[in-house]
Amino acid sequence: MSRPIRRIGFVLALLLIALLANVTYIQVVKAGDYRDRPGNQRVLLEEYSRERGPILVGPNPVARSKETGDTLKYLRVYSNGPLYAPVTGFYSLVYGATGLERTENRILTGRSSLFVVDRVAQLFAGRQPVGGAVSTTINARAQKAAMDGLAGKKGAVVAIEPATGRILVSVQSPSFDPNILSSHDPAAIRAYYEKLQADPAKPLLNRPIVSLNPPGSTFKIVTTAAALASGRFTPDSVLPGPASYQLPDSTKKIRNWNGKECGPNGLVTLRDALAISCNTAFAWLGNELGADALRTQAELMGFNHGFQIPLRAATSKFPDNPDAPQTAMSAIGQFDVRATALQMAMVGAAVGNNGVTMAPYLVQEVRGPDLAILQTTQPEQFQTAMSPANAAQLTEMMVNVVDNGTGSNARIPGVRVAGKTGTAQTGNDNPAVAWFVAFAPAQAPKVAVAVVVEDSGAPEISGNALAAPIARAVIEAVLQ
Amino acid sequence: MSIPSATMAPITATPRKQPNRRNVELVLLAFAWALGVLGTLQVGWATGEGIATRLWVTAGVVGGMALAMHIVVRWKATYADPFILPVATLLTELGLVMIYRIDVAAAQRAALNGNPEPTPDVYSQLTWFTVAVILAISVLFLLRDHRTLQRYTYTFGLAGLVLLILPLAPFIGTTVNGATLWIRLGGFSFQPAEIAKILLTIFFAGYLVEKRDSLALVRSKFLGIGLPRLKDLGPILIAWLVSLAVLVFETDLGTSLLFFGLFVAMLYIATQRRSWLFLGGILFAAGAVAAYYLFGHVRLRVEVWLDPWQYADTSGYQIVQSLFGLANGGILGAGLGQGFPNLVPFANTDFIIAALGEELGVTGLIAMLLMYAILIERGLRTAVSVRDSFGQLLAAGLSITLALQLFVIVGGVTRLIPLTGLTTPFLSYGGSSLIANWIIVALLLRISDRARRPEVRTPSPDDAVTQVVRRV
Repeated sequence: MSRPIRRIGFVLALLLIALLANVTYIQVVKAGDYRDRPGNQRVLLEEYSRERGPILVGPNPVARSKETGDTLKYLRVYSNGPLYAPVTGFYSLVYGATGLERTENRILTGRSSLFVVDRVAQLFAGRQPVGGAVSTTINARAQKAAMDGLAGKKGAVVAIEPATGRILVSVQSPSFDPNILSSHDPAAIRAYYEKLQADPAKPLLNRPIVSLNPPGSTFKIVTTAAALASGRFTPDSVLPGPASYQLPDSTKKIRNWNGKECGPNGLVTLRDALAISCNTAFAWLGNELGADALRTQAELMGFNHGFQIPLRAATSKFPDNPDAPQTAMSAIGQFDVRATALQMAMVGAAVGNNGVTMAPYLVQEVRGPDLAILQTTQPEQFQTAMSPANAAQLTEMMVNVVDNGTGSNARIPGVRVAGKTGTAQTGNDNPAVAWFVAFAPAQAPKVAVAVVVEDSGAPEISGNALAAPIARAVIEAVLQ
Repeated sequence: MSIPSATMAPITATPRKQPNRRNVELVLLAFAWALGVLGTLQVGWATGEGIATRLWVTAGVVGGMALAMHIVVRWKATYADPFILPVATLLTELGLVMIYRIDVAAAQRAALNGNPEPTPDVYSQLTWFTVAVILAISVLFLLRDHRTLQRYTYTFGLAGLVLLILPLAPFIGTTVNGATLWIRLGGFSFQPAEIAKILLTIFFAGYLVEKRDSLALVRSKFLGIGLPRLKDLGPILIAWLVSLAVLVFETDLGTSLLFFGLFVAMLYIATQRRSWLFLGGILFAAGAVAAYYLFGHVRLRVEVWLDPWQYADTSGYQIVQSLFGLANGGILGAGLGQGFPNLVPFANTDFIIAALGEELGVTGLIAMLLMYAILIERGLRTAVSVRDSFGQLLAAGLSITLALQLFVIVGGVTRLIPLTGLTTPFLSYGGSSLIANWIIVALLLRISDRARRPEVRTPSPDDAVTQVVRRV
C-alpha cells in the first residue's frame, strides 16, 4: 500500500503548497491593498500606537503626538486648534483624517519612501518607525491677524506669497476644534461631529479652499486683464458708464450700486471704472471682449482647474457657454462665475507677480524624525497670465482703487497697497458676499490676500467696510 | 517496504544496536521548549506585562509535560519517530503563547473599559494540555501494540458514530455560533467530533483491511477508470450520507468535509483503485452543489468567500478582519504582542492562524505550516514503513486527518476556500481538540515505534528465524 500512500502524500503536499502560496499572496502581494481598505481599524490603531510626526508652522508644532499611557499610546493634540483647523484638519478614530493629517499621512506616520534609510535602521534596531515632520508655509502672525479679523463673521481668508505661491494664510470662521475630534473618546467624537454637521454655518467645510462664491466685482480684475490683453484697451480708454446698462437680447438692466452714472455724460475711463467699480462699464466691456476672452484670462489665473495644495481645492468656475447677457453678468463676477478665496488670492498674486500665476502650495518642507530636511517644495509656475507691462498697468489701477476709489479701508501709511472690492449677490434672497482682494507692496509684493465675508448683508461698500480691514491687517502682519 | 539493512546482517550474530534517536528527540524538545518560553517572554515585554507568573507556570507545565512524555517514550516506545513529539510540543506551545497574548489583549481592553478582567484562557488550556499528555501517556502504556485496536474495529466504529451524532441528542447537545457540535455535561462542554475523528479513523482502517479485496474488484470500465461493483458501493454511500447528515443537522461543514475526505482517501489507499477517488469526487461535488442550493448557511458561506468585502460588517466580518490581520503582519509580522489579533472574533480558536500570521508574519506562518508538513510527513513515513496493513492504514489515516483539518481551517481563514469552523490542530484553544490531537500523537508514536523497532527483540537464533519467515 505504500504507492497510494505516497500518492496521497503528494496530493497533501500540493494542498500545503496551495496554503503557502495563498498566505504569501495575502501577506506580501495583497497586504498593501488590504491595509488601504476603508474600515481597516488596524492601520489606524497601529498609527495610534506610534509617535506621529508634528505639523509645523515656523518652528512650532501646531499638531503633535502626546504620549498617553493607554492602549492608544499617542494622543494627537493641536495647539490653537480652530486657528489652524483648515490647514491641519483632524485625525479621528471614528471619522478618519482630513487636511494635512490626511494628505501627508505617509510622511507623518513614517511610511513614506523618503524614510527608507531610517526604516531599515529602525528594523535592525527593532524600534517602531517614527513619523516625519511636515513644515507648512503658513505665517503664524498673519494667520492670527486674519482669524481676529474674521471673529464673529462667516467667511475665509487666504494669503499667498505672489513670487512663489506659498500659502501664508488659510483661515475660516466659524472653525472647529480638531482636539475634540482627535480625542480617544468615540462618544465625545461622535457628539461633537454631529453637532458640527448640524450647524448651518458648516464649520467643518474647509471654507478657504472649498467654499465657492460668486466673486462679484473682484472679478473685474480678470475682466480688466482680459481688456488689456486684447490690445484694444488701455487704462485711459473711455468706456460707456451709464447709470444702467440694458443687457443685450434681454429685458433686464444692470445698474450701478449707487444708481448713478460712472462719469460725466455717462462716460468713464477704464482706470476710473475699476476704481469706483462701475458695473455698467464692465458689463459693456464683457460683451465687447466676449466670453472666450474672459474665460481664457480667467483660466490663465487658475479658474476651471483643480489644485491640490496638497489638500484638494474646489475648482473655481467660469461658465462654459454664456449668451450675451450672461457674459455681461459674468464680466462683473455674477451669473455662474464661482471662486474660492484661494482662487481670488491667486488672481491678486498673478497681477502682483508680473503676470505670472504660481501654483499654490501649503507644504514647505518634509523633515525626518531628526528634523533633517528630506524634501523641499520648489515653487512652480502655473501659467503666464499677463504680460509684465499689462501687469504693471493693472497694478497701478488697483493701487488707484485703494488710494482714490472704493478700497480706502485697505490703505496703509507708507505702503502702496493694490486692491479691489467686491460684493456679490448669491441669489435673490441670499444675503450678499463681501470680498476684498489685495496685494502689497505694489512694486514688489510680499503678499496677496483674498478675504471673503459671507452673509455680509450690505451693499457694494461692504467689501470695503467688512473685508478690506481684514486684508489690511493680514498685509501688515506679513510686512511687519 | 524493504528491510532495513542494519537488521539483515545480525540475524544470527549479536544484533547491532539500531539507533533509537531518543537523544535527538530530547534536544529538539529542549529547543521547542526554549522557543515557547522565549515567545511568552516576548509577549510579556511587548505588552508591558513583564515577566508574569504565567511565564513560570507555562514554562513549568510545558517543560514538565514534555519531559514526562519523553521519558515514557524512551521507556515504552523506544524506537518511536524522534520528530513527532518535538513538533507537536512546539505547535502546542505556540498556541499557548498566542492564547496568552490574546488573554493579555482582552485584559487590557477590559481595563480600558473599566470592566473586570476576563478569566485568562491560558490556564485552562494548560490544564487541558496536562490532561492531553496524561491521556497520551496512558495510550503508550495501555496500548503495547497498535494491532490490538483492530480487534475492536466495529466497537470503535459504533462509538465514533454515536459521538458524531451526540450533539443532536436532547439536553446535552449545545449549539454554539450556529453549529451544533458541542455537548455539555455538568460544567464541561466537549466537541465529540474531535474524538470521533480518531475512533472513525481506527474503524476505517480495520474495516478496510478486512474488505479491501472485494472493494478492489473491478466490474466495468468507464472512461478508462475501473468501476467498483454496485454492491460494494454501500460503505462509501453510507459515509457520504453520514457526512451529509452532519452537515444538515449539525450545520458543521468542516467536520462533514473532513470525514468524507478521510474516508475516500483511506478507501483509495486500501484498494489502490483510483475509481474510488473519482466516485468520491462526484459524490462530494453532488453533495456540495445540493447543499449550496438547499441550505442558506452553506450558500452564505460561499457568497462571503467570493466577496467578503460586501459582507464586511456582517457575516464577512471575521474573514475580513482575518485578512486585515494577515495584511498587517506582512512579511516579518508585527511582532508578538505588537499586533491587534484580538480584533478578529474567535482569535484563539478558529482564527488563531490569523493571529499568528499577524504577529509572526508570513515568515512565521510558513515556518509553522512546514512544522505541520514535517509532522504529516513523519506520519506518512510511519505508514509506509510499518509492516502490517492495519498499521499502515491507521498511520496514513491519522496523518490525513491532520492534513485535511489543517487545510480546511487554514484555507478558510486565509480565504483560499470557504470558511468552515474547525479547530487548528495543537494551536487552537479548546480541550477536545488538544486531547484528540495528542492522542493522535501517541498513536503515531506507537505505530512508528513498531515500524522502526528492530525485528530482533531477543538475540535467540530461533526467534530470528521465525521473524524472517514471518516477514516474507
